[in-house]
Amino acid sequence: MGEFIMEKDLYVLGIESSCDETAAAIIKNGTEIVSNVVASQIESHKRFGGVVPEIASRHHVENVTLVIEEALTKAGVQPSDLDAVCVTEGPGLVGALLIGINAAKAFAFAHQLPLIGTHHIAGHIYANHLVQPMEFPLLALVVSGGHTELVLMKEHGSFELIGETRDDAAGEAYDKVARVLNISYPGGPKIDQMAHESDGAVNFPRVWLEADSYDFSFSGLKSAVINYQHNAIQRGEEVNRYHVAKGFQDSVVEVLTAKTLRAAKEYQVKQVIAAGGVAANKGLRASLEKVFKEEGIPFYVPPLPLCTDNAAMIAAAGTEMFKMGVRSDWSLNGRPGMELVSWNRK
Amino acid sequence: MIWLGIDTANTPLAIALVKDGQVIAEEVANIKLNHSGGAMPAIDRLFAHTKMKPADLDAIAVSEGPGSYTGVRIGVTIAKTLAWTLNIPIVGVSSLKILAANVPYFPHVICSLVDARRQNVYAGAYSSKDSLEVIIEDGHYELEQLLNQLDALNQPILFVGHDVEVFYEKIAERLGERALRAPYPFNLPSASQLIYLAEQQPLPAAETVHAFVPTYKRIAEAEANWIKEQKAKQHD
Repeated sequence: MGEFIMEKDLYVLGIESSCDETAAAIIKNGTEIVSNVVASQIESHKRFGGVVPEIASRHHVENVTLVIEEALTKAGVQPSDLDAVCVTEGPGLVGALLIGINAAKAFAFAHQLPLIGTHHIAGHIYANHLVQPMEFPLLALVVSGGHTELVLMKEHGSFELIGETRDDAAGEAYDKVARVLNISYPGGPKIDQMAHESDGAVNFPRVWLEADSYDFSFSGLKSAVINYQHNAIQRGEEVNRYHVAKGFQDSVVEVLTAKTLRAAKEYQVKQVIAAGGVAANKGLRASLEKVFKEEGIPFYVPPLPLCTDNAAMIAAAGTEMFKMGVRSDWSLNGRPGMELVSWNRK
Repeated sequence: MIWLGIDTANTPLAIALVKDGQVIAEEVANIKLNHSGGAMPAIDRLFAHTKMKPADLDAIAVSEGPGSYTGVRIGVTIAKTLAWTLNIPIVGVSSLKILAANVPYFPHVICSLVDARRQNVYAGAYSSKDSLEVIIEDGHYELEQLLNQLDALNQPILFVGHDVEVFYEKIAERLGERALRAPYPFNLPSASQLIYLAEQQPLPAAETVHAFVPTYKRIAEAEANWIKEQKAKQHD
């Protein structure tokens, strides 16, 4: 098949259920959000101090058809108007993924539409495509509760992992530190807020690993925070939680910013984007914006609702896959540990 | 009236198409296949063989559980998405009642049983009179607790289900000659039985599809622990 020729508008339904959000969206031509519906379960998981997989799966099955219906209704789109159905194939919680996948399969089967399994992180990266056309080579910093990755893209559908966390994801470190500081779930946004309001900071270590490495490590920093807290308690001292929050955030942000900047320069990228739930962190956004402005490299981060899990990003990535001829068959299954690999043009 | 039936509540996969009281096609497999990967290709094959289209369907019957949480959810998710988007009704039937329907002429008590791990079972007891009248409510039981209830019935009991063999030694030890085993061809769920049972229930309005959820018969472990903690706090 030759180059894809766009004769008519493309409407793609995206479905996402990899963690604790049940989401569906309709995207036109890969870049225009026609509808974007997210049913969050956060209130339900709060009492457990984190996402409970079985509870998440139960909520997904309650919500999934309602969410898809709302996405279609808000868009004023009929199933017959659609060109494809895209769904998060992985990574994520397997029981949660299976609900979106089986709903997507049944919907696509009912209307005999092409089905495309999409990578969750490719989705986060393509969230930017809904705001600002992607330009290549492009560097993406993906930071969320499950991921901390630097991804180099030379063209659409090409993903080269140049760095990743060797232990905890950045968001995971935020959640763990929040627990140590007795901050209720989800703790990330609160630590960000406390860091913003703090008048001082504890000096925690920066973990750089080898000089040329783009990998990350946050478990040592997390241990340093726990030890600091523990020692203070043993000495009977009051811990200033604001200073701890700011000290922790400063360390995370400095390392993420420095490595992203070094990679952007080495690979001479035309665009840097941040993606994933932690990209909503104000401290991180401000730091990245500042250095890339100084460097003269365009930097973009999607608005908050497109940083957290959503289906618009899945449909955006899925539309590019559709154009490249990528398809899944009815045996599509959840892949909790799915790796991000480049799409093969068909 | 054309029905699609889907049962993925436990290890077996059972699907069927029934048209006006006739089985058009039926498939059952008892291999440890993954329902998420296997159910939709099987449904696609069934439609291809019968030269039918999804739009031909008038109603969907689904095994609502109890059983494997994930297994039940896969069948229910496929069934409710099809029903919703094709604007047709969905009818849920107990996974245990579907098994009991395999042995309709047994004159005493029928006990359907599924392994729920750690000497627990999902089980229900039925009488074949009056289209499977419930004798012991479907539920999650410790095997001992179930055997106590069955023993008290003082009647011959026919056990049905492919997990019966896991427990049969203990069952026979307790109930002696009153314990009977269904021959193996009756131990797998049949999706045409599922549809047959669904046809005997009133057809719900298509608008109720969104509210359709599995019957787990157990709250999630995290929730059970949380409730326990709350109770402990109240006593403090």
